[in-house]
Amino acid sequence: MTADEARARARAVVDYTGAERLTMNMGPQHPSAHGVFRAILTLEGEEVVAVDAVIGYLHRCHEKLAETLTYAQYPSIASKTDYVAAMTSELAYVMAAERLGAVEVPKRAQYLRVLVAELQRVASHCLWLGTWCMDMGGALGGGATIFLYCIRERELVLDLFESLVGARLLYGFHQVGGTRYDIPAGWTAQCRTTIDLIETRLLEYEQMLEGNAFFHMRTRGVGVISRELAESVGVCGPLLRGSGVAYDIRRAEPYSSYEDFQFAVPVESAGDCFARYCVRMVEFRESIRIVRQVLDGLPEGPISSKPGLKSVAQVRIPKGETYARVEGARGEVGCYLVADGSAKPYRMKWRGASFSNLAVLPHILPGHKVADVVAIMGSVDPVFGEVDR
Amino acid sequence: MAVKPPVPVVPAPVWKDFKDLQEWQALHQRRPERGDKQSSVYESITEGIHRFPGGFLVTTPADAFFNWARKSSVWPVTFGLACCAIEMMATFASRFDVERLGMVPWASPRHSDLMIVSGTVTIKMAPMLERIYDQMPDPKWALSMGSCANSGGPFRHGYHVVKGVDRVIPVDVYVPGCPPPPESLLNGLLLLQEQIGHFRRTGRRAPPAPKVD
Amino acid sequence: MTYPEARGRIAEFAGAEVTADGPPLAVAVPAAAWADFARFAQTRLGCCFFSFCSAIDWKADGLEVVAWVANLDANVSLVFKARLGAGVTACPSLTPVYRGADWMERECFDMFGIRFDGHPDLRRILLSDDWDGHPLLKSYPVDAPHPPYR
Repeated sequence: MTADEARARARAVVDYTGAERLTMNMGPQHPSAHGVFRAILTLEGEEVVAVDAVIGYLHRCHEKLAETLTYAQYPSIASKTDYVAAMTSELAYVMAAERLGAVEVPKRAQYLRVLVAELQRVASHCLWLGTWCMDMGGALGGGATIFLYCIRERELVLDLFESLVGARLLYGFHQVGGTRYDIPAGWTAQCRTTIDLIETRLLEYEQMLEGNAFFHMRTRGVGVISRELAESVGVCGPLLRGSGVAYDIRRAEPYSSYEDFQFAVPVESAGDCFARYCVRMVEFRESIRIVRQVLDGLPEGPISSKPGLKSVAQVRIPKGETYARVEGARGEVGCYLVADGSAKPYRMKWRGASFSNLAVLPHILPGHKVADVVAIMGSVDPVFGEVDR
Repeated sequence: MAVKPPVPVVPAPVWKDFKDLQEWQALHQRRPERGDKQSSVYESITEGIHRFPGGFLVTTPADAFFNWARKSSVWPVTFGLACCAIEMMATFASRFDVERLGMVPWASPRHSDLMIVSGTVTIKMAPMLERIYDQMPDPKWALSMGSCANSGGPFRHGYHVVKGVDRVIPVDVYVPGCPPPPESLLNGLLLLQEQIGHFRRTGRRAPPAPKVD
Repeated sequence: MTYPEARGRIAEFAGAEVTADGPPLAVAVPAAAWADFARFAQTRLGCCFFSFCSAIDWKADGLEVVAWVANLDANVSLVFKARLGAGVTACPSLTPVYRGADWMERECFDMFGIRFDGHPDLRRILLSDDWDGHPLLKSYPVDAPHPPYR
C-alpha cells in the first residue's frame, strides 16, 4: 500500500457516512435463537438489510430413518421432531398410517388424543411466552421473571403427562389404532385443578405484560407479515391467524372428533408480534375450554382397536399415499406418507410447521433493528427439531 | 534469567490428536499413578508446584480450597441442541432451580466452566461445538446429556449424526435418558461437582467417583 | 369455489389429469407444465397458500415431485404431482409463483438432487455445502459414514 492509498483509506474511514455494510453472524450458539440457528445478518448501521438463514444443524435424518422403521416403531421417534409439542407430531404420523390402513380409532381414544393435544398446546405456549419474554429481556423489567412463572405452570402440565405416560417431554402416547395409555385414577380431578390454576395465572401474565409500555413498544408494528406474504410462504398456525386468515385445521378439516367441541378460532389482522401474542393468548384459553369439554364428555370404551400393539405384523398398511395434518402448537404439522404394502413406509415427508414459519424470516427481517431480530424470532416460535428434522 | 522448572513438563495431551476415546483413556491409564522414578512424597510435592509469574509456587494445601471454589460455582454455558435442551431449561428454571448449586447458566462460552451437551450432535454442528468448547477457558468440563449425545441414541444410524459427542470433545460425565428428566441431570451435575473436588492440575484424571445410586 | 368447480376448471388446463377427488383434489401434470400449473392454481383456483413441495424416488422410474397448495377461504386443497422420468433431475421452479417454494426446493435439491430451473439461490440447505450425495435417494445407505467424526 502506497502512502497515497493509505491516506485515501484513512479518509474513507473518517468520511464514513453509515452506508457501509457490516456482516454479523448470529448463532448457531445464541441464547435467543431457540436452538441451533444461524443467521448471517447484513447490517447498515443498526438496521438489517439482508438475512441469510442457515439451518440444518439439527438434521437428524428423520425422513430417511422413517423408511427403516416400522409403523409400530416410528411414532415414538416422531415425537422428536417437534419436541416442545411432542403429542401433536406423533399424532400426525399415526393419523397418516391409520388413514392409509383404514384403521378404526375408538371414540375414547379420539377424545384422549384431543385431550393431550390441547394440554400440550398449553404447555408449549407456556414455554413460548417464557422464552420470548426472556429474549426481549431487560425491557420487561428483569428478564427472566416471566420465564420462571411460565415454566412453573408448564411443570404442572408436565406432571399430568408424567402420571399419564411416565415421561415428561417425549411420550410415545399414540399408536396406530388408538392410544397406549388410559388415564389413571384421580387424574381427571388433578387435571381440572391444574387448568383452573393456569387460567387464573394467564390473567396475571396479561396484566404484567400488557400494562408494560415497553412490551408494546417492542411488539407493536414489529415484524409485520402481510396476508399475501403469509399465504405465499405458507406460514401456519398462530402466525397465519395473526395475519388475518381465519384458518385452523381443527375447524377446516376436523380430525379426531374435533367437530364435537366448541372453540373459537382467534384472528388478528395486524400481522405484527403483538397480534401473534394476542392469538396465542386466546388459544391458551380455548385449549383449556376444549380440555374441560373433553373431561366432561369422555366416553367409556376401549382406548385402542389394536390393544397391546407390539409386533410388526399387527400393522399392515396397504399400498397408497396420504397426507395427514394436525393443528400443532405452531401450526400445520403434516405427514406425507407413501406406503408400498410392506411393514415400513416407502417415503415419509414431514411438513414441519416451524420450517415454513421460519422461511418467512428473510422476508420480514430487513428494515428492522438488530434488537428486533430476537423479538421477531421469538414470536415465530421455531423448534429446530422440526425445522431441520 | 531463565529458571528451569523443577518438574518434568509433560506436554498437555490434545484431544484432536487421538484416534478415539479408547486411545485417550489408554493414555491416562498408562501414565503411572505411582511412578518408579518418584517416591510418593516427591510426587505429592511436585504435583503442587505451579508456574507463577516470577517463580514457582507450592499450592498443595490450597488445592482443596480452590477446588471447593471451583465446584461451588460451575457456570454452564447455555448451549441447547435439541430435545434435551428443553429439559435443561427446565432444570435451570423454577422448580428444579439449579442455581442453588451455584450454577448460573451463562450465555457466553468465554466465561463458562461447563458445557452441557444437550442433544444430538450432527456432523454440521460438530465443528461449531468443538469451537465453542475451545473458546471456554481452562479448567473446563463437559457433560453429555441424553442418549443422543452419549452414543447417537435413536438416531445413531442416521448419516448426519455423530455417534456420541465423545468423538468430538472429551466428556466427564454421561447422563443417560431420552431425554433425562431434570432429576437425572441434577444427579449428573452433583457427580461432576464431586469430580471437580478431586481436580488437580497435573493433567491426571480425577479418581473415579464412588457409586452414587 | 368448491371441489366440483375446481375440478371443472382444471379440465381447462391442457395435460392436467385429476387422479383423485377431494379432499384433497389430486392432479397429475406433465413435468414441463409444472410451474405453469402452479400459476394456474394460484390465479384460477385461488390456491394462494403453499403448504409444501417434496419428491419421491421411485428407483428405476425416476423421481416424482409433489406439491400441496390450498385455497384457505374456500377450504379447497389441491395436491399436484409430476413424474420427471428416469434419470431426469431437472424441473421448473415454483419460486416465481410461491415464495415458500424457495426453502422447500432447496431441501429437495439437498435431499434428491433435483435442479430447479429458475430458482434464484439453489444450494444445500440442511446439509453442509461439501456433502457428497443426496441422502433421500433410495441408492443412498442410511448409515453412510462421514469421515471426520467416524
